Order: sequence, then C-alpha cells, then structure tokens
Amino acid sequence: MHIELTDNIKKRNRTNGRFRYLVIAGSVITVIPIFLIVGNLAVKGYRQINLAFFTQPAPDTFQAMMAASAGEVIPGGIANGLTGSLLMVLLASLFAIPLGLMTGIYIYENSTKRYARFIRSLTEILQGVPSIILGIIAYIWVVKNITRGYSALAGSVSLTIMMLPLIIRSTEETMRMIPLSIREAAFALGTPYHKMIYKILIPVSFSGLATGVLLALSRILGETAPLMLTALGSPAISFDVTRPVSAVPLLIWDFYNDPNMVSLVWSASLFLMVFVLSMNLLARSVASKHKYI
Amino acid sequence: MNTTPQSDSVLEIRNLFIAYEPERYAVKDVSASIKRNRITAIMGPSGCGKSTLLRGMNRMHELYPNIQTKGDILLDGKSIFSMSVIELRRRVGMVFQRPNPFPNMTIYENVVAGFSLNDIRLKKNQRDEIVENALRNVALWDEVKESLFRKGTFLSGGQQQRLCVARAIAFNPDVLLLDEPTSALDPIATSKIEDLLGELKKKYTLVLVTHNMSQAARISDDSMFMYLGELVESGPTGTLFTNPKDSRTEAYLTGKFG
Repeated sequence: MHIELTDNIKKRNRTNGRFRYLVIAGSVITVIPIFLIVGNLAVKGYRQINLAFFTQPAPDTFQAMMAASAGEVIPGGIANGLTGSLLMVLLASLFAIPLGLMTGIYIYENSTKRYARFIRSLTEILQGVPSIILGIIAYIWVVKNITRGYSALAGSVSLTIMMLPLIIRSTEETMRMIPLSIREAAFALGTPYHKMIYKILIPVSFSGLATGVLLALSRILGETAPLMLTALGSPAISFDVTRPVSAVPLLIWDFYNDPNMVSLVWSASLFLMVFVLSMNLLARSVASKHKYI
Repeated sequence: MNTTPQSDSVLEIRNLFIAYEPERYAVKDVSASIKRNRITAIMGPSGCGKSTLLRGMNRMHELYPNIQTKGDILLDGKSIFSMSVIELRRRVGMVFQRPNPFPNMTIYENVVAGFSLNDIRLKKNQRDEIVENALRNVALWDEVKESLFRKGTFLSGGQQQRLCVARAIAFNPDVLLLDEPTSALDPIATSKIEDLLGELKKKYTLVLVTHNMSQAARISDDSMFMYLGELVESGPTGTLFTNPKDSRTEAYLTGKFG
C-alpha cells in the first residue's frame, strides 16, 4: 500500500510539471506576435517620425515619389488624419458618453423591468453588428440626408453607435458593483433620486466609468471601415463637420494604396498603436487610482 | 409637554400591513406606539418582518418594487404617508446593518452628507460645529479629529458604524431607526455602540431591530416581539422578558425557536 502511494505521488508531480510547462509555452506563443508587431512597426516606422510627421498633412504622390527615389525621408505627415480623428472622436464622445451613461444607469436601476431588459439585449446585438454596416447606416442617415455629402459628422455618428454599447455595458456593470447599502444610506438621508445618481453613484463608480469610456475610445480610434463610407478622407486639415475629413486609420489605407508612401504606412501604424496602447494604460491607471469599490 | 415621558409616544403605528407581493404580507396588522426618549427593541426570528416594520417607519420599504402598504403610521400625530419622504427621512434617520459610509467622501463630508445631498447650504463654521457635535455625540471625535479629511472607509468597522450614526444624527432627527447595527461588528465595537445608544436616547428616540435577545434585554426600555409578520407582544422590556403573556414569546425567549 505504502509503496503504491509514493508511486502515485511521483506520477502526479510529473504530470503537474508537464502541465505547467505546457501552460507557460502557451502564454509565450501568445505573447510573441505582440512583440513581433511592435518591433516590426518600430524598426520600419521610426525613421519617418519627426516633428513634421505631427504638424504637416500627408504628402502628395509626386512629393513622395521624389523623396523616395532620392532615398530621403518622405516629407509631410499625418496632421490631417490626426485632426480628423480627434474631431470625430470628440464629437462621438459628446454624443455617446451622456447617452451611454444615462442608458446604462437606466438599465441598472430598472433591471427587473421588461423594457430595460429589452434595451439591454438590443445593446448586446448592437455590439455584435459589423462596423462596416454601421458605416452604411450612417451613410444613409447622414451623408444622404443631412450633410448631403461625405462628412466628419457622418463619421462621428457611426463611431457613436460603436461606442454606445461599450459604454452602456461598462456603466451597468460598474454600477452593479456598488453595494446596495450605499444607495440605501443616501435614500435614508432623504436624498432625491437625481442627487443620489450624480453625487453618489457616479462619483463612487468614477474609475469604472472612466475606464469604460477610455476603452471605448481606444476601440474607435482604430476603426477604419465605417469611416470609409462616411468621412471619406481629405488631403487637407479641416475642422468643418459638414465636410469630409481624414483619420489616422484612413491615412494608413491611403498610404498602403500608394506605392511611393509605403514607409509612411509603418510610421502611421506605429503611432496609432502606441496611442491606443497608451489609452489602455491610462485607463488602467485611472481604474486603480480612483477605486472606491 | 406636561405628560410623563413614558406615555408620550412619538410614532404611532396603526393597523399596518406591508406586502411585497399581493396577499403575501410581511407585516400583518401591527399596531404599536414608540415612546419618546426610550429604546424600543424589535425582536423575532429571521423573516418575521421586523426589518420591514422598521423600514416602514421612514418609508424605506417603498424602495422595493410592487410594495403594498395599508394602515397608517403617525409621527407626532401626523401621518408619515402624507409627508414628503424627504421631510420624513430628515426627521426619522436610519442606521443599517453594515457600516455604509459614502466611499467617495471624507469623514467630514460624510457627517454633513445629509445637508450636501439635500442642497442645504451651510456656512463653514456651522458645518464645523455640526461635524464636531455629531462626532462628539457618537464618541468618535477624539479618535478622528486629526483625520477629518481622510476617507471614511479608512476607519475600523466599529468606527465606521459610529460615523454612520453621526451622519444620521447630524440632522437632529426625532427618531433614529437602527437595523441590527451591531451584527457586523466584534464584541468590543458592539459594546461601544450599545453604550452610545444609552447616551443617545437622552436626545433621541431609538428603535432597534435586533437578532440578539441579550442585547435587547441589556439596552432596551421597551420590547416588541414579532412572529410571522404579527406583533405578538409588546411592553416594557423587564415585563416582557420576565413575565411574557404569550406562549410564543416565552418559547422564543427560552430558545425553543429562533
């Protein structure tokens, strides 16, 4: 009996050890592509990143061709894409953050009501809609009927629809983490409902709400497909919401389609990746700093 | 005010019924009176409706959906159902089972939360005075006067609960409702809260829901025993404990169920 048991334990330890290595190997395999991507972008893209890259609009084909054939750094940058992205993301946030917060709070507060449950399943469906379809919808609504042409407004509408389900879900989930007793404490002091929401619920869950918004932002920053059908792209820096504008991901697509500008693809991609990554890191630090629950 | 304190009732409960679902009453036909400047303990086994009755006294029970209420509760002769909940809850404060200071507020802000959440603007010296008085009344001032501007959640459980009492009495309410305020606390913190309640009854009327019979015996002046939603028996604690009239009260007090 005694000997059998020792055998058994040895065997178990061996299996345990093998399994541990398997798990570690799996995680290494997952991480390798991430390092390869960042490394590749950095090696191929760093040459183009200078002051002009952020302050000048994209070059035209001729300028790029001249520079490329002379072996020089391509002039110009991504300023038109940067301003376009910022304009549209800002507009989309203006629409989506208040709407999303209110809807999220509504769903959380009325989770037993049929209408709230219906809204929640709709947001789940909305989250699964392919982004190109949201682009088509914004095209029909805004491009065809409101701005009568491709526009930044149409782009931000499609981005708004993308942001909404993300913000709604994160709001609802964050609110769910607030203990019921905190709400009761507020009501027991005679606090009116709206005060309870904006003086207790929102401040207490601030980190969660901010994280949700930042993650939604980092998500739409890289979105390309819906913008192709709505914002279209523009070679010039523009802040007119009724006119076409460019965006960083749209520029990457343009650069890719022009054989003279290929090296700009790398630098623009590197920039976009680093920007989105820092948004994510910011979201994390906000989440850990203002944590009450 | 020429009546004796014993006969002066603050809250008068009249034939109160509360149902969470149609025809399923958590509180059935309860009539009782809560006497001024005394501690009234509501006892009974789990699910007997004692917390529901307590929450009825400042209409916190209305937070649940589909609640039905029949009967009346009078606060100094006026029906609480005819008052605005905001006014009612200012006059009838509440302390909960678990300490629940607002996690986004400092100790100082927590004490005056009742004012800030109701848009009552106070001058800084008024606020300072309210904070100091309330914290002295709950015997917390000496422990926290150096750290008034730290978050309330840094305090120990017992200190947090005293902070919650301070928050409730900052309004100077007539009645303070306490829903098992010591059930989440250790024995030392519990005895501090019990001492505190003995002090507070000089200024306020206290209604205490408790699971703990010995606690009721130790600190309450009047007791109510509830069973299956009904008020079985009520009266001065001494009489109820030593000479219960109802066999169910006796069975509960001698540990036959509960």
